[in-house]
Amino acid sequence: MASKIVQMLKHGMTRRNFLQTTSATGLAAAVSSIPLPFKVSAANINTDKKPLNKEKVVWSACTVNCGSRCPLLMHVVDGEIKWVDADNTGSDDYSKKDVQVRACLRGRSMRRRVYNPDRLKYPMKRVGKRGQGKFKRISWDEAYDEIANSITKIRKDYGNEAIYLNYGTGTLGGTVTKSWPPGKTLIARLMNLNGGYLNHYGDYSTAQISVGLNYTYGGWAYGNSFSDTENSKLIVQFGNNPAETRMSGGGLIHHLRESVNKSNVKMINIDPRYTDTTVGFSDQWIPIKPGTDAAFIAAMAHVMINENLVDQPFLDKYCVGYDDKTLPVSAPKNSDYKSYILGAGKDGIEKTPLWASTITGIPVDIIVKTAREIGSTKPCAIYQGWGLQRTATGEIASRAVAMLALLTGNLGINGGGSGARESDYSIPFVRFPTLDNPIKASIPMFLWTDAIVRGPEMTAIADGIQGKDKLEVPIKFVWNYASNCLINQHSDINRTHKILQDENACEMIVVIDNHLTSSAKYADIVLPDLTTSEQADFCMDGKAANMPYFIYADKVIEPQFESRSIYQICSDLAKRLGVEEQFTEGRTQEEWLRHLYAETRKIDASLPDFETVRKQGIVKRVDPNGHFVAYQAFREDPIKNPLKTASGKVEIYSAALAKIASEWVLAEGDVIDPLPIYTTPFEGWDSPMRKQFPLQLTGFHHKGRCHSTYGNVDVLKQAAQQEMWINPVDAESRGISNGAQIRIFNERGEVLINAKVTPRIMPGVVAVGEGAWYTPDAKGVDRNGSMNVLTTQRPSPLAKGNPQHTNLVDVQLVTRA
Amino acid sequence: MKQYGFFIDSSKCTGCKTCQLACKDFKNYGVEQNFRRVYEYTGGSWTEDKGTYRQDVFAYYTSIACNHCDEPACVKVCPSGAMHKREDGFVIVAEDVCIGCGQCANACPYRAPQYNAEKGHMTKCDGCYERVAEGLQPVCVGSCPLRALEFGPIDELREKYGTNADVAPLPPSSITKPNIVIKLNGNARPTGDTSGSIANPREV
Repeated sequence: MASKIVQMLKHGMTRRNFLQTTSATGLAAAVSSIPLPFKVSAANINTDKKPLNKEKVVWSACTVNCGSRCPLLMHVVDGEIKWVDADNTGSDDYSKKDVQVRACLRGRSMRRRVYNPDRLKYPMKRVGKRGQGKFKRISWDEAYDEIANSITKIRKDYGNEAIYLNYGTGTLGGTVTKSWPPGKTLIARLMNLNGGYLNHYGDYSTAQISVGLNYTYGGWAYGNSFSDTENSKLIVQFGNNPAETRMSGGGLIHHLRESVNKSNVKMINIDPRYTDTTVGFSDQWIPIKPGTDAAFIAAMAHVMINENLVDQPFLDKYCVGYDDKTLPVSAPKNSDYKSYILGAGKDGIEKTPLWASTITGIPVDIIVKTAREIGSTKPCAIYQGWGLQRTATGEIASRAVAMLALLTGNLGINGGGSGARESDYSIPFVRFPTLDNPIKASIPMFLWTDAIVRGPEMTAIADGIQGKDKLEVPIKFVWNYASNCLINQHSDINRTHKILQDENACEMIVVIDNHLTSSAKYADIVLPDLTTSEQADFCMDGKAANMPYFIYADKVIEPQFESRSIYQICSDLAKRLGVEEQFTEGRTQEEWLRHLYAETRKIDASLPDFETVRKQGIVKRVDPNGHFVAYQAFREDPIKNPLKTASGKVEIYSAALAKIASEWVLAEGDVIDPLPIYTTPFEGWDSPMRKQFPLQLTGFHHKGRCHSTYGNVDVLKQAAQQEMWINPVDAESRGISNGAQIRIFNERGEVLINAKVTPRIMPGVVAVGEGAWYTPDAKGVDRNGSMNVLTTQRPSPLAKGNPQHTNLVDVQLVTRA
Repeated sequence: MKQYGFFIDSSKCTGCKTCQLACKDFKNYGVEQNFRRVYEYTGGSWTEDKGTYRQDVFAYYTSIACNHCDEPACVKVCPSGAMHKREDGFVIVAEDVCIGCGQCANACPYRAPQYNAEKGHMTKCDGCYERVAEGLQPVCVGSCPLRALEFGPIDELREKYGTNADVAPLPPSSITKPNIVIKLNGNARPTGDTSGSIANPREV
């Protein structure tokens, strides 16, 4: 018995380990037959080593786009980082709100990013085709000349609307160094001193929810802070997975864990995957087909209405369009939400649990039981992550989740929520001023490749252009700072590749980064940037519920190779372009940090002085209000504190959306509706395309990377492997066993990857962690599991956002495990 | 004799592997060694009924390093004496003595000793005994974002958390008497369970 179980752990051996062990055993057989003259007893072995006394410890930070922001304590010897510790200050007593901000596996591996063999060493100019990665070394002066000359030429030939700052989040949450939002970066400041650039709105993270819930709540939609779940009686999460997205030990997974420890309540997770958040809370998992959440919610609304579980006084007082009583005058008869649910709306379908069960894959009894549980347990915290909105029907689906919070009257109260994602308290901090952009035109971020190909054809009503009715010129110049979105993180890599091959279309691509990423290979000029370890900055914006903080990340080591800071690069270019004095205002990078901090202390005089902060590394605060409760003031007095919607109320029925729906030019099958109805997406579960590509492919955030950052760190690749999740039902019918090499394919491309055969994903659905570095072979097949080879550039209807979780694919065995 | 041990709260563990990577960074090892390993144990099945699905899927993580056992199997089989239990209870390998025969790796039911090809001998978790001597915790423990790991004298940990050291897929604690206490995840299955399996064999 024992030996059998012992073998179970052995089962985990890799082939590599197995070979080593076998050969080592062989050696043992050889040596064990002879006496061992060197056999010594434990007492004789001196293994005590003195600690290194010349070691110094310097505060730094991990500045990537996970939503957390972790301080790192760099242990440095002779100018080299030897190891990375996390925040170890204070008592780490959650009940005293004194919490250590502990970095996750990625931050702890920062050393291997800084000293990575992929580091860019000097400026380079492309000599092969874009994407081939063939460059020649050039001097900084040559690089600056190329860039400055190109800017001057393109401004003259096309105007500043042809210059674009690509979305990028490789360096996040700094003051000087941050790459996001692009309009608040030093590149934006530089360009604003030189005539401006084409704006964008939206991003790869939240394009659909930020637009969708804007029509429900007015502006960015807030949720209660995770710390407030200590007041909840039930927690319901739609596609929200902080254990894999906001992993910091001072961030949201920790706050959720500790707060739920206090309330000791049940959490229901609705997701196609049995996520690590579900593992960590181990209550109830409701698997659901991607793109069908709105149907599940409509059916629960049906149960709540029929069983009198709806908070009618709340809906009457605070909302527009729940029933005909509160419909706006412009709305047609029976266009209210209740009519839609009960079958009196324009589709005439009653949204029964039976109706929803085949759409969602959720059995009728589970729909009914869940509706009763949510409808009768108050307060109930309802959250959604950003997974279900990153779809072809994401705007409308995100609004549907809010319905659960509204029907049950959980808005604006402790322990409740809005159905949006959780929000946080933050410390105000004065940022680097980036000046005003004279160019007003703005494109939906996701359509930047279209703007290269067909810019002047793009209009407000067909493509969501803002600031003017149509674009005048295509994009001709792309700045790509700390961004792998030039190829890797943008959808449909093969389409992007083709677009970028035409050097007469986009004439100049400048990439500024730490590593030779997949995107950097598409640069015309590539510039080596400093890592966070090689320069000083204030770092912040980590989501931390009611315990915010900011970090002073000091310079830990000297700049590696010829790399330069973004501040120096932009200052040098400003000099070339004749605006140096306006750009620098006579300050060095450190003088800017001191200046911005002095300005910040004018807002909050209780902050410690600069030298103290530099020494202590991290400044922590506690939300003076206890918890962030979204829309609390509105709940308390909706007349005095109206929302920023047209009506000032929560708009279940949106007259603004009804107008857009009647005016916009939409692709076939696209739906914009004033109500949060269920609508089926292109490439959805019921698409005719499933005959050819029967599996729904969704993405998730991968533990070994933050999007694509850290994707070249070997120890992380080993610890969290890039695999495609597939249910045993779908795997067995294809002869795929755990660990087998497979191909995932559709009409857009093909990816080679290993299979993780697991019941933790529902049948009919497969999932791949986004962000693996695109690595094509000679035939253009990606060999590294880069998901965006398979995703589409067709935008969502309203936000014109990235539907990267709406894909149909098939999968075949390549090599048995 | 002192004896330290680890408390592993599997009910909190989300399988993030920060412990594994913090150890790797501090000890400066590459992909070949995983002194601390996070096992994913997963099981359950699906049934379809008219386009809807029912399932009884479960999964949980267990973070395991060397358990610095009372009866370490590695020490028993070591022909060179390199593998030994210290006065403070830590089981370590004297790397300058080890001949790399690998018998300890085969004997340990937890896979704690691991061969290092570059060094040509065995390596393993040493409990960060140097840090402990300075009053610090092992690096993995202080790294845990979920606070699912604790370290201390095993008597104190057992007083606080009980004595359980058994859960699938670990071997029975009776074999080596490991100095660990495990708080079970809500999904936990007993040692010897065969309804699930190690779901991440290539990561541990």
